[in-house]
Amino acid sequence: MKTIPVSECVWEIPTSEKPGMRVPARIYASEALLSRMDEGVFEQVTNVACLPGIVRAALCMPDGHWGYGFPIGGVAAFRADTGVISPGGIGFDINCGMRILKTNLSEAEVRPRLTELVDALFESVPSGVGSRGFVRLSTDGLREVLREGAGWCVRHGYGWPEDLEATEGGGCMPGADPEQVSDRAITRGRDQLGTLGSGNHYLEIQVVPPGGIHDPQVAKAFGIEQPGQVLVMLHCGSRGFGHQIGTDYLRKFDQVMRSYGITARDRELACAPFRSPEGQAYFGAMTAAANAAFANRQVITHRVREVCGRVFGKDPRDLGLEVIYDVCHNTAKLEHHTVEGESVHLVVHRKGATRSFGPNAPDVPARYREVGQPVIIGGSMETGSALMVGTAHAMKETFGSTAHGAGRTMSRAQAKRRVWGETLIEQMAVRGIVVRAASKSGVAEEAGFAYKNLDEVVDAVHRLDISRRVVSLTPIGSIKG
Amino acid sequence: MGRHEFVEGIAVADCAVEIVGDDLDDLFATAAMALADIMVDPSSIRQVTERRVELTTSSLDLLLFDWLSELIYLKDAEQLVFARVSAHVIPGPPCRLAARLVGGPIDRATTVLRADAKAVTFHRFALEPCDHGWRARVVIDI
Repeated sequence: MKTIPVSECVWEIPTSEKPGMRVPARIYASEALLSRMDEGVFEQVTNVACLPGIVRAALCMPDGHWGYGFPIGGVAAFRADTGVISPGGIGFDINCGMRILKTNLSEAEVRPRLTELVDALFESVPSGVGSRGFVRLSTDGLREVLREGAGWCVRHGYGWPEDLEATEGGGCMPGADPEQVSDRAITRGRDQLGTLGSGNHYLEIQVVPPGGIHDPQVAKAFGIEQPGQVLVMLHCGSRGFGHQIGTDYLRKFDQVMRSYGITARDRELACAPFRSPEGQAYFGAMTAAANAAFANRQVITHRVREVCGRVFGKDPRDLGLEVIYDVCHNTAKLEHHTVEGESVHLVVHRKGATRSFGPNAPDVPARYREVGQPVIIGGSMETGSALMVGTAHAMKETFGSTAHGAGRTMSRAQAKRRVWGETLIEQMAVRGIVVRAASKSGVAEEAGFAYKNLDEVVDAVHRLDISRRVVSLTPIGSIKG
Repeated sequence: MGRHEFVEGIAVADCAVEIVGDDLDDLFATAAMALADIMVDPSSIRQVTERRVELTTSSLDLLLFDWLSELIYLKDAEQLVFARVSAHVIPGPPCRLAARLVGGPIDRATTVLRADAKAVTFHRFALEPCDHGWRARVVIDI
């Protein structure tokens, strides 16, 4: 497929490349990253460009790879009045996202108790297939969670009030409608609050490496003062509850799409007009799942504080265990953006892509308003992650969006052929990373070599100025599903 | 007798599997075992519970989609995974499935866990007759 360079790290696929494209597709990547992107990215991002109501362009971030429906790393904005909403543009794991907490502990203080800490976290934060959390909810109780998100957790003692300000959208997406959620989703997700899941989800103890602070002023605004500082990062979503909502509505949209005269080039892009009854029902259910995900990460935060308090014999507040930020990377959100000089109400789909709102943008917490929102880029469990900051340029260029992670380059089966999970855990222990996992084969699937080089992704988004480098982070402890 | 094979090149982060069965009954039973194989080591499943599942849909491919979705649902809602499955499919329409499953709860001490299946996707989803019976391709979101 023809890609035309537009500027440094921006490549455009014109509408002439595929019948039905309403807008061009744009891939944001260095030449090296672009050359290694799998063919599915080009196929899928141009399919997205064919959907009704899409504005400006269908986008793919530098960590993009083949997904289902949208590519992972996909961003597309549809007019709220005439456009569509598609579960395939959000993913089954609704509001899968990242949260990062700072501590005032140094690596030197944590190392002697690292194994004890990782073991205790592994016990307290259930992970893997079929895991259940400690919070027991009635159906009505779960419906409260769906309306309130992380706020429900704080109200019930599973968090601190200031956690909410440090969560995207205050930890609650407006518009949740539990009436649009199936009984099956309720039953499937009721016992899973406070669980990690499996696959690429994780809970990590990380440290700022020497030379890891790239922007001291912004790092300080985020509460990161010096190399050696220990942080906690977690990556998970709405668990079976969100997965069931994705399944229910994909199935429904697959049937109703034709009644609206919509054809999609990929069945996984099944969609409905945003303003249709079906579109509004999905938006209400999807938003409920997004709130369940915020609550899930909040309950895990509570467990992390309990465990750290116990292991280090201090009150979690004295350990400085404050949430820096919590970002979504699988959502559709109603946002206003400027398109051709006009402020337009859009349904912005981000699938494996993170908001990157710049200074003074709406929804950026007051404490970060001058610098922009924190952007969390999760890397592989071997190589580390990055904390970046949103930019004004992202607001103009990518609907305020950036990458979400390193992005896979290798299938799970390939990764398992290259290394045994037990072997990798031993190798990582030698390198000072303590790993506890519910599934050993799952560890092999998540080996560092299965992912793109995170530095290349971070470098690309930094050069594109859709987010800026602030701090690099290295794992020293990892809980995997 | 049915068989399944994990496929590369069509899903990077998820799990693509091709399933072949002598007939529709065999294909649906084999698909259930392929899904179990993704989530756990099937040999580690305790066989202490029997379940019966009946489904009706308008088309055969949706019957397969609903069937696998039902097994993923049972994994989360009741922590059940299955080691033995027999299925009977009436092509219809309406298309019907009646299945008997034997398995047990996920026991973290004895069940060897693999990947947590989130959902069945429509990505490259296919169910079609072939020379040896029936063939399906399914990508499971991990």
